[in-house]
Amino acid sequence: MSYLLAATCAVPAAGAVLTAALPAGDTGARRRTIKAVALAVSAATLALAAAVAASFEPGGPRYQLTESHSWIRSFGISFSLGADGIGTVLVLLTAVLVPLVMLAGWHDADPVQTEGTFESKRRTQGFFALILAVEAMVVVSFLATDVFVFYVFFEAMLIPMYFLIGGFGDRAGGPEAARQRSYAAVKFLLYNLLGGLVMLAAVIGLYVIAADQGLATFDLPTLTGAIADGKLSIDPTAEKALFLGFFFAFAVKAPLWPLHTWLPNAMGEATAGTAVLITAVVDKVGTFAMLRFCLGLFPDASKTFAPAILVLSLIGIVYGALVAVAQKDIKRLVAYASISHFGFIIMGIFAMTSQGQTGATLYMVNHGLATAAWMLVAGFLISRRGSRLIADYGGVQKVAPILAGTFLLGNLATLSLPGMAPFVSEFLVLVGTFTRYPVIGIIATFGIVLAALYALLLYQRTMTGPVKAGVENVPDLKARELLVVAPLVALTLLLGVYPKPLTDIVNPAVDATLSQVHQSDPAPAHPVAATTGGEQK
Amino acid sequence: MSWLAAAGGNSPSIPAPHIEYGQLSPMLVVFGAALVGVLVEAFLPRRRRFTAQVGVSLLGLVGAFAAVVVLAAQGHGTTKAGLLAMGAVAIDGPALFLQGVILLTAVLAVLTYAEGRLEPRLNGHTVDAFAPQGAAVPGGEQEREATREGFRTSEVFPLTLFAVGGMLLFPAANDLLTMFVALEVLSLPLYLLCALARRRRLLSQEAAVKYFLLGAFASAFFLFGTALLYGYAGSVSLPEIADVISGVAPVTPALAVTTQNDALLLIGLAMLAVGLLFKVGAVPFHSWTPDVYQGAPTPVTGFMAAATKTAAFGALLRLFYVAFPGLRWDWRPVMWGVAILTMVVGAILAVTQQDVKRLLAYSSIAHAGFILTGMIATDKQGLSAVLFYLLAYSFVTLGAFAVVTLVRDSKGEATHLSSWAGLGRRSPLLAAVFALFLLAFAGIPLTSGFTGKFAVFQAAAAGGATPLVIVGVLSSAVAAFFYIRVIVLMFFSDPQPGGASVAVPSPLTATAIAVGVLVTLGLGLLPQYFLDLATKASVFVR
Repeated sequence: MSYLLAATCAVPAAGAVLTAALPAGDTGARRRTIKAVALAVSAATLALAAAVAASFEPGGPRYQLTESHSWIRSFGISFSLGADGIGTVLVLLTAVLVPLVMLAGWHDADPVQTEGTFESKRRTQGFFALILAVEAMVVVSFLATDVFVFYVFFEAMLIPMYFLIGGFGDRAGGPEAARQRSYAAVKFLLYNLLGGLVMLAAVIGLYVIAADQGLATFDLPTLTGAIADGKLSIDPTAEKALFLGFFFAFAVKAPLWPLHTWLPNAMGEATAGTAVLITAVVDKVGTFAMLRFCLGLFPDASKTFAPAILVLSLIGIVYGALVAVAQKDIKRLVAYASISHFGFIIMGIFAMTSQGQTGATLYMVNHGLATAAWMLVAGFLISRRGSRLIADYGGVQKVAPILAGTFLLGNLATLSLPGMAPFVSEFLVLVGTFTRYPVIGIIATFGIVLAALYALLLYQRTMTGPVKAGVENVPDLKARELLVVAPLVALTLLLGVYPKPLTDIVNPAVDATLSQVHQSDPAPAHPVAATTGGEQK
Repeated sequence: MSWLAAAGGNSPSIPAPHIEYGQLSPMLVVFGAALVGVLVEAFLPRRRRFTAQVGVSLLGLVGAFAAVVVLAAQGHGTTKAGLLAMGAVAIDGPALFLQGVILLTAVLAVLTYAEGRLEPRLNGHTVDAFAPQGAAVPGGEQEREATREGFRTSEVFPLTLFAVGGMLLFPAANDLLTMFVALEVLSLPLYLLCALARRRRLLSQEAAVKYFLLGAFASAFFLFGTALLYGYAGSVSLPEIADVISGVAPVTPALAVTTQNDALLLIGLAMLAVGLLFKVGAVPFHSWTPDVYQGAPTPVTGFMAAATKTAAFGALLRLFYVAFPGLRWDWRPVMWGVAILTMVVGAILAVTQQDVKRLLAYSSIAHAGFILTGMIATDKQGLSAVLFYLLAYSFVTLGAFAVVTLVRDSKGEATHLSSWAGLGRRSPLLAAVFALFLLAFAGIPLTSGFTGKFAVFQAAAAGGATPLVIVGVLSSAVAAFFYIRVIVLMFFSDPQPGGASVAVPSPLTATAIAVGVLVTLGLGLLPQYFLDLATKASVFVR
């Protein structure tokens, strides 16, 4: 038994505790120590994640580097970890993004003593410890092969996330901004907690049904295996109810229209780094879990509900993009764009084709990278001008060309320009959907057009034209900020032209997932044949 | 029933009942310590009483806990479980488990009672949360004099010990009369303790009167129910009642008449249930809870909320598992209704509360509903889940109320929520601890509250009570809202001018809170040992 996966989970967790225990950051030097420790921990996590990815053999078994530690025997729970292709790339994404988020938010948690406010001296370590705690819990969620362990960390990560949203944000806004922020944090928590509690009922239901048939365990491979070879049979009504219980939690987290309304609030009020953490990392657990748990545990119900879910995701694609076009607030625009993108991811998953699901998995990674670049540069811009309103900007490219250039790259990646990574995944998702559901695939294509609209309009309004008052003295990107953006841009370009390393890892896992739902790709024959094939399935 | 026959027959000699002193020792030690406390009160000079009382109480409680551990280690909870004192008391797994929980919470409660650093010193005297002289009229000359002299009400310690003694007996009582006696022994000292707050004495006395009147009413219900059941089954012993109901007992002419009358049985059972559900604070018998929790001195509230609930659920479990196992379909729909109402009403009414003690009171009502959900499973799994839940809940509750004692302004404890605003910025550690307790109440994973909630819901689902589980998770979501409201207030709101500040406690309260935190995290992260313990303990002796 190797301990590599446990180490990947334990290092950020221990780092969170260590960071929180450091002496209060009341001087600049102490704050630098705190930040350096946190950054070093996240770098170590990245190294471990890279080691996981390096030792992952694409041709090997579904779950690799597996380990299992006894935890709560009374309920058949063990702390089991295992990396499959999908989980591995997402762990890698998380590990890449967290240090960058830390660097981007380097000064977000410095104490500022202004008139009438009172801030804790331990604010700095709170911020960095919470980021590490989120990272640890997300990594466990991606690696857990025990349904209960997954549930516990899926739910527990809400708490540090909640404090990150509510406790740290734009401090210039005064009491009104603080109210908005705490509203956003509470909304985030209540939505997700409700989802989680509904899932808890389903988790318990699954356990009770399995225990009735002599399988008192939460071990995912055991359960999916038993479901596949008929040892565990779940009554169709119960299966549908359980599927909906799981799916509801994941759809809130992902978020799928119409459960998305917490995301614009949360991403709008949080710091740019936290917003990246939400949309690029935490929300991915939702889509990831749809693939791993909904499809693996409830294959028949997944097929039953797939058309309905596709329609919802299609609405999400179009609705998110339309609302993004109309946004006046840069961060909320990014949030609605993300809702549109999550529609694509969920569509790819439930199209039940290998292109669709490979595309969805790549989409998770690429959306993470592209949105991180986009949002972080937007955050740099907002911190310079002190406003989130698009109307307050104009002509920035004349005063800060590098900032404008990286922002343009972020915009282009978001609209899936060919040559950038998101293009590959979006294309795969659309192809995968089209082969089974041509009408839905065609309508979804309009999402791309709308994406071009909101992304280019945003660039045009903020960066081109005459220099707006208040923007004249906006400085260009600093070295630290460049250091944040450069890897993201590089990865987006690299994966745009050469996605093979990722697809190699992802493909076997996708094939395994599809075989669990007894789905194979429709024959790429005549379009009419594909249509009827899709309807029969 | 040889002794009944002997007493009623012509035999001149009454055989002395056989008492197993060793197995009753936890209760005997606590009652003994309580009597010593009364003597201390009578004979020691006033200035020495306080220290002596704390010492006697802690010694008694720790000694009794050691006795429980020894009894459990000897197997009295499992293989050697049995009926004692001529069938009046049962010492078995659930009894020992709950006695252990009650004793541990009582130890922590005594620590918070003895806290003397929170109130500002008066005329050079250390004072605590209790009225200087319970008998003095609030605001009267006598009270002013007692305050001037720096009196402390050290009677609270023997009173608490008597209450603990009753609580130990309550879940172990194997006949209805013993159960009634235990109920009274635990209740009467609590009524007094509720009236002894140093500040806001009128509120405190009002709470005590309310508690006493409603409690007396509930006791009367219980007693009347006992009488009706005796009329039905010809016995007050729980196993014998079960035998008569299930038809195992030989039919005597008297029984043949009474057992035809199911009304006796059903009304009697309903009345017993009213008495016990009142004590656990289940809806619709909950209305005393917020007032009493708010008015009582906070250390007493913490003790009451944790230990009384544990003891009362113990008695309720024994009643429904031992005496009425065959009657499930008769009482099940009613208990379903009570559980659903308790969860929903507790969670919804808590949302609008503005006082932290009232908020915790409503939260305790909602938790009573969750525990009832597990109880309704009526199997071994349900029993062990409830035992574990009570363990987890007791420590969270005690810790939370201990934190409440620390948050103060010039008028004493600042229980109004508005004065808690911004506490997280002034005292991040304390606010974090309280947030942990609130998250445990809300059942967030990695805390004891989640493990407990998972256990009871899982038992309920396995017992076929899926609708209860669904109501349970939905009311948990509502409940989460008001716990989170407090967290928002502490961490994300700006401190108000004149808001509360945090008093620095002595090691006594600090220990109580620290133990609460450790148990909350321990039962959340590594619950296996305690789940095993609860499973091993979950067999009632008959």
